[in-house]
This record gives sequence, structure tokens and C-alpha cells, in this order.
Amino acid sequence: MANNKKVIVPIGPYHPLLEEPEYFQLYCDGEEVVDVEWIAGYNHRGIEKLSESKHYDQVTFLVERICGICSTSHPIAYCNAVEDLCGIEIPERAKYIRSVIGELERLHSHLLWVGLAGHFLGYNTVFMWAWKYREPILDMFEMITGNRNHYAMLRIGGVRRDIEDEDVPILKKTLSEVKGKIEMLTEAVLDDPVLAARLKGVGILKKEDIKNYGAIGPVARASGVDIDVRRDDPYAAYNLVEWKVITTENGDVFDKAVVRLLECFESIKIIEQCLDAIYHKKGEIWKEVREIPEGEGIGHHEAPRGEVFHYVRSDGNTTSPVRHKIRAPSYVNIPTFKASCIGETISDVCIILAGVDPCYCCTERIAVYDNDKKKKNYSFKDIVKKSIEKTKKIKEEIGKEGKLWKGLL
Amino acid sequence: MIEKIKERLKDKIKEIKIHNERRVYLTIDRKDLRDVVNIIFNELGARYQIVTGIENFDNFELLYHFSFDKQGLIISLRIFLDKEKPEIESLTSIIPGVSYIEREVWELLGINFIGHPNLKHFLLREDWEEGLYPLRKGVKTDGK
Repeated sequence: MANNKKVIVPIGPYHPLLEEPEYFQLYCDGEEVVDVEWIAGYNHRGIEKLSESKHYDQVTFLVERICGICSTSHPIAYCNAVEDLCGIEIPERAKYIRSVIGELERLHSHLLWVGLAGHFLGYNTVFMWAWKYREPILDMFEMITGNRNHYAMLRIGGVRRDIEDEDVPILKKTLSEVKGKIEMLTEAVLDDPVLAARLKGVGILKKEDIKNYGAIGPVARASGVDIDVRRDDPYAAYNLVEWKVITTENGDVFDKAVVRLLECFESIKIIEQCLDAIYHKKGEIWKEVREIPEGEGIGHHEAPRGEVFHYVRSDGNTTSPVRHKIRAPSYVNIPTFKASCIGETISDVCIILAGVDPCYCCTERIAVYDNDKKKKNYSFKDIVKKSIEKTKKIKEEIGKEGKLWKGLL
Repeated sequence: MIEKIKERLKDKIKEIKIHNERRVYLTIDRKDLRDVVNIIFNELGARYQIVTGIENFDNFELLYHFSFDKQGLIISLRIFLDKEKPEIESLTSIIPGVSYIEREVWELLGINFIGHPNLKHFLLREDWEEGLYPLRKGVKTDGK
């Protein structure tokens, strides 16, 4: 270290406000963060190795347990990979059902993030709202799959359960109710001057940062990088329904929130069209796959946080994969900290880290000690004064009648 | 796009396997890796996805996955490495994001990345037994 005035502020590995064990070291000079070190592995379970000892059908369940929030993203990507290996096309009804599950998951995951982001910023009303309106979505999951989480819907060649005709009207009714609530939430969040003051211009990621770190999903789309696996390499029913990819240009945390909230409406559109397509129609929901031939396959899926990537290799003799590589979206999104956090103040770093959606918080635990008088250290009064000024400024920019979000739809 | 890549890389491609129009595997030589990645990543604008390391019976294999999102095409660069002393040049100076996966492949499979600025344990403990690479075939799931 160049001088011993820099202070390491640890966040994690086991932090009262972290849902998952993860460890970040912030190297600070005054209020400013000068470097970030990411130390991982506290949650390493060796899934890739385990997968080499499981049957192809068991692996679907294994990868479902990689993550609780995006638990169906990994099975979709894995099934895409094995289907790519075998060169099979799944029945159309199964495609629609896969899309319904995938989009319901995006809905609940984005709402979960909005709630957590509000909580990290000390805005607990948003947290309560978002999580309340997420509840009916979990009920819909229970109705379709029997589970609120870990739905076990996927199998190689199709899906395990059908969506019954009598459920469709109930699902559509719930969905339209949820839509109204999300509209209200979106309006409240995007037109709130305090949230705008905390999030606008914070943690900006430029297009070249996205390219350099290979960042994906809402993180990339908020920086104006127009990528989405659902459209670019269509699978399931995404090329059979009408929807659009949401992008914004600024790349700050506010834009990441905008992208996620507006994506919720696209997801609702997709689900409604898929439900219409399977209502009162009959069809196969899976195709039997008796043998996995020798070869290799790549499958990916646009999870709520970005592209999930699976590579599967088979030797044609055994019933387990020879090699199964899994890449989750946070693996490439988290390293963008190097670009977005350095130069920001400690208080902003918390929400920037949370901005890529690794479900993560820290604000309360940070204490700063610094003896270097040249660097600015804000007192409590200064911070209050600064925030009041900023809120005032942004309030004027938005105007009395905040109609920002309507222009974005 | 495939034609464009073929034309640009010419004799650097030792073997081309077109699984289907969206999945293409190119076998290249170890010494050409940096040139090829420069062309694919910087000139042709592919998105870096990930690196897969595989242990085969008589060699190691690395797959560098790149995606051309506009075409929905995934190009995987395949490189075979010596079983006795697997090593390859690091790509960190071309793609900063590759740093973590190189550390992971190094600690789990024992492939050395020459020129990596920070080649230390990432997922495993810092005091992990030297020479024990958990993803190698001989290592059982209980770590023995």
C-alpha cells in the first residue's frame, strides 16, 4: 500500500444484513473508495464436480438448487444445453410453459430486488410494498407447480407438469391485479425525489466497462448495451410472442432500477400471451429422450440477473455428464465493481454493489477512521445538509407532477 | 459471420466443427490464442462469456466461449494443453474480466496461466493443500 493512511473496511463474509456469505474489502482513503477486493468461496459447494456423478435427469434437480431465487434459470439453461447436444426440438406446449415459469420467476426476482434496494437505502416502505406484491406471484407458482420455490418443472425434452385449463383464468386474474400494483410501485419509486437523489449518477458503468467485464442482463441493458438471450438466441416460446427488450442509456443505479421495473411489464405481457396460447388446447408436454449421444452442447437462458451459461459434455457411454460447466450471471457482473465503485464514497458503494443484484447490504456496519486531515470527512450535519440540497435540486428537475415513468413505458 | 471469422483467422484455425448454425467450435494452437482473441474480442466485437477447463485422458482442454449476440452465435475456441505441464498465456491484459475464471481454473484443475497478475486462491481456502486440484478426475468428491 502506497501509504498507511488507507483503511480497509470489511463487508462480510458473515454480515448480519447479508443473506449470503460473501466478502468484500473496501480500501478507503477518507470517504473515498480507492480499491475493492472480492473474496469468494464461502458458498462453494462443488456443483460442477457433483454433477459428474449424477444421472442426467438428477442433474436437473441438482442445478435447481444452485440458487433459491433464480431456481428455474439453471434447469432451463441445462436442458437447453442437453437438447443442443442431442439436437432435439421440444413440443410447442412445453415451450410456452417454460416461458411462463421463466417470466414468473423474473417478476418475483425483480420485485425482490426492488424491495431489497429500498431496504438498503433505508426506504422500508418500498421493501414492504414490493414484497407484499411479490406474494401473489409465489401463490401462482404454487398453483402451477405445487411449490413456492424449487418448482421442479423442467425435464430434458420438455416439462414435468401441465398448466390445467381451469387454472388459466385464475392465473390471468391474479396477473392483472399484480400488474396494477406494480404500476403503482413503479410510479412511486421512479418519481420519488429522495430515491432519485440517492441513485442518479451513482455507480455509472460505461459501455466499455460492460464489454471488458462481459457484464450481462439488466446491468448491461441499463448502460445501453442491447443484449438479451431471449431475443438473440431464441429458445422456449420467446420468438412466438410479442415483447421488447428494455434498455436505458445512463448506466447508473437508477437506470438499473428503471430497467428492472419496466421489464416486469414485459414479463406480464409474455405470460399473458403464453397462457392464451395454451388455453383450451391439447398437446404433448414432453418428448422422451432415451439416450444422450456422445458430444457437447451449450445452453443459455436469460435469468433475472442476466445470462446463465451451461456447457455439457457427454461421452455417450455413461449416464452422467463428463464435464458440466456452469456460469451464473453474477460471476461476470460482480467484477464490474472495479469500474463502478472506485472513486465513489463509502455510503454509495453499498447501493452500487446491490445494483448488480447480488442481494447484498452493508450500510449499518461501516465505520470510518482516518487521520489524514487533508481528506474530506463529512460530519452528520454536513451529510444531512448535502442530501437536503440534492433532493431539492432533483425535485425541481422532475417538476411537481412526476410523469417520468410514463414517458418510459 | 462464420465466413467472416474463417476469412479473418485463415490458417490459425486447425479444425472447425459446426455443431449447428449457432454453435461453432474452433480448434486453435496455444501460441495463437492471444492473436485470435484480439481479433474476435476487439476487432469483431464478440462478448466474452466464460472459460471451461476439461481434463481428458491424455491432455487438458480449454474452451474460451465468446458470443456474437446480434447473430445469436456462440464461438468456442478449443485449445489442447500438455498433460504433464499444462500452462497457457493469461488473457487478463486483453479482457480484464477473465481474471477470476483463470484463477478458478488454476486452483480447480491446476492449469497455470502465465502472466496473470494475481494468481491466488479464489474459491478455495488460502491454505489449501498444494497440488490437490479438486476438479481433476482422480480426486473423489470427499476430497481424497
